[in-house]
Amino acid sequence: MGVISLSTLDLALAAALVGALALAGWRLSLGIARPLVIAALRTTVQLSLIGLVLTALFARATLPWVLALAIVMVLLAGREVVARQKRRLTGGWSYLLGTTAMFISSFAVSGLALLVLINAEPWYLPQYAIPLLGMLLGNTMNGIALSLERLTDAAYRRRGEIEARLTLGETWSAAIAPMRLESMRAGLIPIINSMAAAGIVSLPGMMTGQILSGTPPMEAVKYQILIMFLIAAGTGFGTMVAVWFGAKRLFDERERLRLDRLKTTN
Amino acid sequence: MREPLLEIEQLDCGILENVSLTVGVGETVCLAGPSGSGKSRLLRAIADLDPNRGQVRLRGELRQAMPANVWRRRVGYLPAESHWWAERVGEHMESPDEADLHALGFTREVLGWQVARLSSGERARLALLRLWSMRPEVLLLDEPTASLDPERVRAVERWLAARAAEGCGLLWVSHDREQITRVADRALEIRDRSLLPWA
Repeated sequence: MGVISLSTLDLALAAALVGALALAGWRLSLGIARPLVIAALRTTVQLSLIGLVLTALFARATLPWVLALAIVMVLLAGREVVARQKRRLTGGWSYLLGTTAMFISSFAVSGLALLVLINAEPWYLPQYAIPLLGMLLGNTMNGIALSLERLTDAAYRRRGEIEARLTLGETWSAAIAPMRLESMRAGLIPIINSMAAAGIVSLPGMMTGQILSGTPPMEAVKYQILIMFLIAAGTGFGTMVAVWFGAKRLFDERERLRLDRLKTTN
Repeated sequence: MREPLLEIEQLDCGILENVSLTVGVGETVCLAGPSGSGKSRLLRAIADLDPNRGQVRLRGELRQAMPANVWRRRVGYLPAESHWWAERVGEHMESPDEADLHALGFTREVLGWQVARLSSGERARLALLRLWSMRPEVLLLDEPTASLDPERVRAVERWLAARAAEGCGLLWVSHDREQITRVADRALEIRDRSLLPWA
């Protein structure tokens, strides 16, 4: 069974639904019409572009090209992590931390999956490598953004407590330990929830996609389980790296809490 | 002449520059000055909680020669407002001595009390007890009796005098002229961004 190709008319009908929603939103003054339309346009443009990129890449599946796309994806994800922070570390540290954490976890986990588990020929076959990395990045990005946001916010709100612990002779690491745990948990909860709800409340997108394109359900299920585990590991280790170094950056060499290294945005 | 305990040379901490000051073994040095003049900033800088420059020594040992947390354990800073994070008082400190508890107006039961139900005066006295459970060699006190009624003020002053008698050095920020007269071996005040003898 092959894929049933979608016609422009099919997409136009779906677009009309979004258009109707935007119209309704505008009439009811919900203030969502504009952002909705812009987001819908962005989806169309961005996905079409990535479609073109992937088509070109599949035609020329060499390691340098696959790596180049992978690196661009990590850098863009790093920017997204920074954009979601209410209080950022100054001097580009938020970007550096987020990108490094994602780089380490997503690259390590998808490398392991490609080389050891999936065993495609060649191992960097873009049909496997790019979607896998994309899914990992999307999820680790969420985890890292959530946990860094929680960490900086908790350090700011509970600075009195942190300094009280410091004055009582605790090390920086002990003084911020409760906030570190709290923020790691915040980063991991989404993937734990989605693993717990998978198959009962929601059919995961990748599995649905594979079934739609004709893969036998049990094969799709195995891939989905693999992906979920990889995401959990990638998000978990990425969050740990980001939170550990993020917390360290909030203190200086004399273990002073340096909230002047945070700047508030919007 | 007392043996020097805490020696501060040419400390810069934002508002104040070039502060030099020595607290001897068992000495109580009071620090006065209008609000905003930098008294709290000075104490925070000595405790190494804010970036600052200058040489600070404890019993001749340079501050930067020891880990920051060891320094803060030995040079105990009591901020004007105390912070508590756990639910019960006892979770915040090593078990305090019976004599200290009584002197500050408590019994051992206080360790089971809920922090949320403490009065401001109780918090202030418990913060002192909590700091003392680290056995610091110097106490940097930021208005330790500001929220206490007169009777308690005297009790805390007597208890602190006993600590000084044991050799602890006290650097004590106070607004109360009568208190300074009662407790100080020596008093200084901050005027026009510099440290001068108290008038």
